[in-house]
Amino acid sequence: MDSNVQSLEKFAAQIRLGVVEAIQARGFGHIGGSLSIVDTLAVLYGAVMRIDPSNPRWPERDKLVCSKGHAGPAIYAALGLLGYFPYEQIKTLNQPGTNFPSHCDRNKTPGVDMTTGSLGQGTSLAVGMALGDRLKGRDSKMYLIVGDGELNEGQPWEAFMFASSRKLDNLTVFIDWNKKQLDGYVAEINDPIGFAPKMEAFGFHTQQVKGNSVEEVLAAVKACEGVKGRPHAIVLDTIKGAGVKEVEETFSNHSMAPSKEACEGWVRNLKAELVKMEAGE
Amino acid sequence: MQQIIYNGSMDPRAFKDVIGKTIIGLLESDSNVIYLDADLMSCIGTYTYHQAHPERAINVGVAEANMMGIAGGLAASGFKPICHTFGPFASRRSFDQVFLSAGYARNDITVIGTDPGVCAAFNGGTHMPFEDVALYRTIPTATIVDITDTIMFEDLLKQLIERKGVKYIRVGRKNNAKVYAQGSTFEIGKAIKLREGKDLSIVACGIMVHEALQASKALAEQGIEAEVLDMFTIKPLDMPALLETAQKTGAVLVTENHNKIGGLYAAVCEALAANLPTPAACVAVEDEFGEVGPQDYLQKRYGLTAEHIVEVAKGLLKRK
Repeated sequence: MDSNVQSLEKFAAQIRLGVVEAIQARGFGHIGGSLSIVDTLAVLYGAVMRIDPSNPRWPERDKLVCSKGHAGPAIYAALGLLGYFPYEQIKTLNQPGTNFPSHCDRNKTPGVDMTTGSLGQGTSLAVGMALGDRLKGRDSKMYLIVGDGELNEGQPWEAFMFASSRKLDNLTVFIDWNKKQLDGYVAEINDPIGFAPKMEAFGFHTQQVKGNSVEEVLAAVKACEGVKGRPHAIVLDTIKGAGVKEVEETFSNHSMAPSKEACEGWVRNLKAELVKMEAGE
Repeated sequence: MQQIIYNGSMDPRAFKDVIGKTIIGLLESDSNVIYLDADLMSCIGTYTYHQAHPERAINVGVAEANMMGIAGGLAASGFKPICHTFGPFASRRSFDQVFLSAGYARNDITVIGTDPGVCAAFNGGTHMPFEDVALYRTIPTATIVDITDTIMFEDLLKQLIERKGVKYIRVGRKNNAKVYAQGSTFEIGKAIKLREGKDLSIVACGIMVHEALQASKALAEQGIEAEVLDMFTIKPLDMPALLETAQKTGAVLVTENHNKIGGLYAAVCEALAANLPTPAACVAVEDEFGEVGPQDYLQKRYGLTAEHIVEVAKGLLKRK
């Protein structure tokens, strides 16, 4: 395994720990969909995106819109680790007056590029931002994360059609196919049949990878570089709650209120994992 | 400042010939202005420009919610987006996107909703927004204007694109009455007194300004002097002007091309009830859906006429 992958795995483990610590501090939160996207965030923020934590609104930066806005805790952990704000602040998640609300808010959290939360809406916003960057002559990239349940909405498909018709090759859409939405299995509630063929049909350069493998996600992002004239889609085959066994095994894990003891155990395990990773280096 | 040149005649220019030209003028004078439409460019004369400049005049297709979101993203990128579609699609159809992707996210956009209320005429009930103002009023940061004539439109669009928040312009595509002279300028949030009076106040906006002025003439012939205000900004409401006229006349009649629920009448009543309880009445749509027909028929059908204003005014005076 190369050192880049190792360091990204470590970054992912730190983000995972941050998600659990933030939710532990508040006692509840959207843990399942935050954990499923951690490895992708580690790759993007850790190895791909052109960003400057000291200048969060730098116009030339690469941008990330997490349209599944309830994955805020994962975004906050990543941004805190990068130094956009003191890491400890993520533990104010959903406290009165916090800058770390359940759903991403660009006007509250340094480093959050767009306000999201009403599912589907982040897609058009990201497409508008990608188009805006192109019109302004910036070579910035736009990374858009959508949930599989979110794609029940119609708006993303309007946005995808437009992105493709305008050949927005500075846009990469990640579909977090973690198989579950709030009420249960995506395939039972409104079966998408297959995301990859749909994105392909919409004109996207499309790949499907194991979304909890930083190595596979990194390779997929790199593979986008050579493809011009089409927006990119990466279907992430993920596990909802990935990296915390009890969360993975809980059927209803969209939002959880784990016990104090459970959280303490998860934090212990994640910290031990980090120690092992460090020892392995 | 405005020069009032109202004599009851129609504006020689139709809005549809002015809206597109005004947008194009702003696109050409400011590279940060960007215009989006949802397949209704041909209705306001911008399609030819779009063909020459598809990246400045963007046709997103029949996808209004997507248009509002893209506009929000463009605003975040440093643009001043102007979105156009018919009023119902600019409000009901895309309300959550305007509310969140623009308003809540602080992405400043300007939305033009054409064919408000009965101006939708032959497109009928599905296209006839009697509730667009009510919806936009609930968006914090929103500015709402109901346009009186083409001179006002040209001046206000130019100002609104520079203003923070969500800006909503409701405007027809045909000819309204001519009220203001070329060169008139308007202050957002400041009503215009079109006629002095002492017996009651008529507060009007949009196409109802003409009806209000006609009604005031008829009332004067019967010895009733109505003060007439063009309250073209529905939000923020001009409280000083409203309270001053209410204090002066002691009776306020509001007329609007909108449901009486949630629009200008509601705004005025809320303001009066809290600050200066005053007998009030309205000539507005009585909580009904729209229907198809020529605009003059629809104005009669929903009571949006000078004659009806006269009748309601006389009833209101008895409550003073």
